[in-house]
Amino acid sequence: MLGKTAGGLYWMFRYLERSENTARLMAAGQRIALTRSHADDEWISVLETTATLDSYSARYGEVTRDNAIQWMLCDRDNTSSVMTVIESARNNARLVRTALTREVWESVNESWMTLKDALSQKVGERELPQVLTLIRNRSAHVRGAFAGTMLRNDIYNFARLGTFIERADNTARLLDVKSYVLLPSASAVGSSLDNVQWETILRSVSAEGAYRMTYGQDVRARNIAQFLILDRRMPRSLAFSVGKLVDNYGYLADCYGTRLDSHAKAGALHSDFLAVGIDEILDAGLHEFIQAFLRDVAEVGSQTEVDYRFYA
Amino acid sequence: MQMTTTFDEMWGRGMGQSQGHSATASDDGASGGPNSRSSRMTQAQTMYEGLRPPYAAFDAWLKGENPGRLLRKQHEAEEVFRLTGITFNVYGRAEAAERLIPFDIIPRIISGREWARLAKGIEQRVRAINAFLHDIYHRQEIIRAGRIPVEMIARNAAFLSKMIGVEPPGGVYTHIVGIDLVRTGEDEFYVLEDNARTPSGVSYMLENRETMLQMFPELFSRNRVRPVSNYPLALRRSLAACAPAATRGDPVVAVLTPGLYNSAYYEHSFLADKMGVELVEGHDLRVVGGRVAMRTTEGYKPIDVLYRRVDDDFLDPLNFNPESGLGVPGIFDVYRAGGITIANAPGTGIADDKAVYSYMPEIVRFYTGEAPILQNVPTWRCNEPQALRYVLDNLHDLVVKEVHGSGGYGMLVGPTSSKKEIATFREKLLANPGNYIAQPTLALSTVPIFTRAGLAPRHVDLRPYVLVSPDGVTITPGGLTRVALKKGSLVVNSSQGGGTKDTWVLEE
Repeated sequence: MLGKTAGGLYWMFRYLERSENTARLMAAGQRIALTRSHADDEWISVLETTATLDSYSARYGEVTRDNAIQWMLCDRDNTSSVMTVIESARNNARLVRTALTREVWESVNESWMTLKDALSQKVGERELPQVLTLIRNRSAHVRGAFAGTMLRNDIYNFARLGTFIERADNTARLLDVKSYVLLPSASAVGSSLDNVQWETILRSVSAEGAYRMTYGQDVRARNIAQFLILDRRMPRSLAFSVGKLVDNYGYLADCYGTRLDSHAKAGALHSDFLAVGIDEILDAGLHEFIQAFLRDVAEVGSQTEVDYRFYA
Repeated sequence: MQMTTTFDEMWGRGMGQSQGHSATASDDGASGGPNSRSSRMTQAQTMYEGLRPPYAAFDAWLKGENPGRLLRKQHEAEEVFRLTGITFNVYGRAEAAERLIPFDIIPRIISGREWARLAKGIEQRVRAINAFLHDIYHRQEIIRAGRIPVEMIARNAAFLSKMIGVEPPGGVYTHIVGIDLVRTGEDEFYVLEDNARTPSGVSYMLENRETMLQMFPELFSRNRVRPVSNYPLALRRSLAACAPAATRGDPVVAVLTPGLYNSAYYEHSFLADKMGVELVEGHDLRVVGGRVAMRTTEGYKPIDVLYRRVDDDFLDPLNFNPESGLGVPGIFDVYRAGGITIANAPGTGIADDKAVYSYMPEIVRFYTGEAPILQNVPTWRCNEPQALRYVLDNLHDLVVKEVHGSGGYGMLVGPTSSKKEIATFREKLLANPGNYIAQPTLALSTVPIFTRAGLAPRHVDLRPYVLVSPDGVTITPGGLTRVALKKGSLVVNSSQGGGTKDTWVLEE
């Protein structure tokens, strides 16, 4: 398999994952903005989570709902806007066309055509929910074709690495931006405002139902942190993503008969997770924990690029 | 040559003016009832000789179809193409960067007998081209024999002096050839040009058939159509059979593409996918230990046969254009040393140069000892003063082409050009006569296409795809039919708004 192809698969699935997470984040953002007096504050938080607040401000200045929506969905200057990301996913799919089944390729291509259409004009408040649903549905469609038709070989595992590196990164960023509501001091307050904040976090990773199944109606900061950081059953948690990374590297190690630096780094990150409890994390500082995590994940990613010769 | 009659491949020879006798009512798109189509067909029949046998079963089917369903099918077909991403990139047009080539659902049908004769002619021509290339880069017997002038080669930009004395693995120069044919009558086929460098379009031949099988399965149970789907396998076999001496084990084949933004990228990825080989770009490759190797997830791995879709000039910055970022530094040295097969071989352009084309009948006779089966279009070489004078006097009747041009760019179609266009072209021609050849406009055959208003005749050409290996010559039955969608137009190139059709060769 070409190094370039491994890289193309990895990025294709990073971008697909990002488009979906952005859509979730925006849906939760719109929802909470509607319940607050300083509605636009929530859009600032959304921009922070996608790490695009600075580039947004340079282009638009003040944060308003309509501009934020435009920026996050359609703006081609935003390298993380859904349109840019879907286009990058498709370009990578074209690059690795020979590694994909026809069904996966057609699904990605159709997603690109559909979303290009849907995002060609300004999306207003009214259309936003449908558009965000469409984005998530398209992502589910690609994932379905992928799960249903792809051989479980190295190709599959490079794609999965991309998915879980991106997911780990995205969930961690969300937790970081919202970390102030998850702090032990904040949890003592327990005002209704904070309940809305907590709910937003869960909504942003489509986890309200899953949380209720686990903890019932008892919405507490500590539980949310435990759920999204350490619960290995929750498919968007950090522990889940890291666990999957270790599995995928394990497959590649068997497939090629060599263990590489990226495997060791992912393995180390994983053991850290097995050793730590939520109170320890919260006591030592959630923000610090997340920052260290983001650094480690980024390092695993760039080591993978080197280990598997993505670039010349 | 005036266009007085046109041969329609469905209905035979027409009786009136080519521009006038349309097999359709006016393209107003008004009526669409089930009967309107058949009345058009009746009208068509009275104007032509009558239905030709290869179309008999198809016509019987068509009579039972209603235009509404066909229109829906036409849209469905377009949707399939859009979804599959069968696109080509148009250079210099940012907003419409990827375009679909229009597809027409009416198949072009060739009888088994017609094809047998064509195939013989094609094989003869392709063998002659390979022999010519070997000769031109070795002893140049054909020049010694005085059959073609030495200037034709020596001063020709397509002649690659670095290929002199090089022995391509398996003795094959043109592994993949596309011969462009036009038809002017029942048994009259002309070769319009030979594509001996990197002929494109074969993915359309394959996808057109797939689409037709999906749209109209019943047509294929009523007609015994020879399959084309074997092409990728045949291509891989043919390439592998030309592996160099350095090969260990099963030959490793790869397709070299200029990349995502090349106009034929879809085709490059399609062929690599169907052959089950890697699709590589220049930056995936480097010379390692005297072999050309590709960067895999496990390190560099040698390639034995490279089907390159990159032009000679860009193949190797050390040996050719130093500015090229698309090629592999040093690949030509590896090639010369027998470390890799490059398909097609560098320097094959000398065989499809339009000035050399005019000598093709001589070339066929010289190397095969036989009379050419396929005809050459009479060609005036504008570097010859007498020919130039004739061409200048008859610009309004002639087609004038650049010697090295392709894709329908930079040509003059006299009969359909304005006085001003002709005057402008005359200046260009006079400034550099050696750059041009001229040919009469042929009365190209027509084939019906499906329009909103029913069937309408349009001009077509045919590009069969030919594979050459030491094991022999393989021709896929049929090929790519390109159709000029504009009424009366003779230019079928996709870059100029042409479309394509499925092409059937019947079993008998």
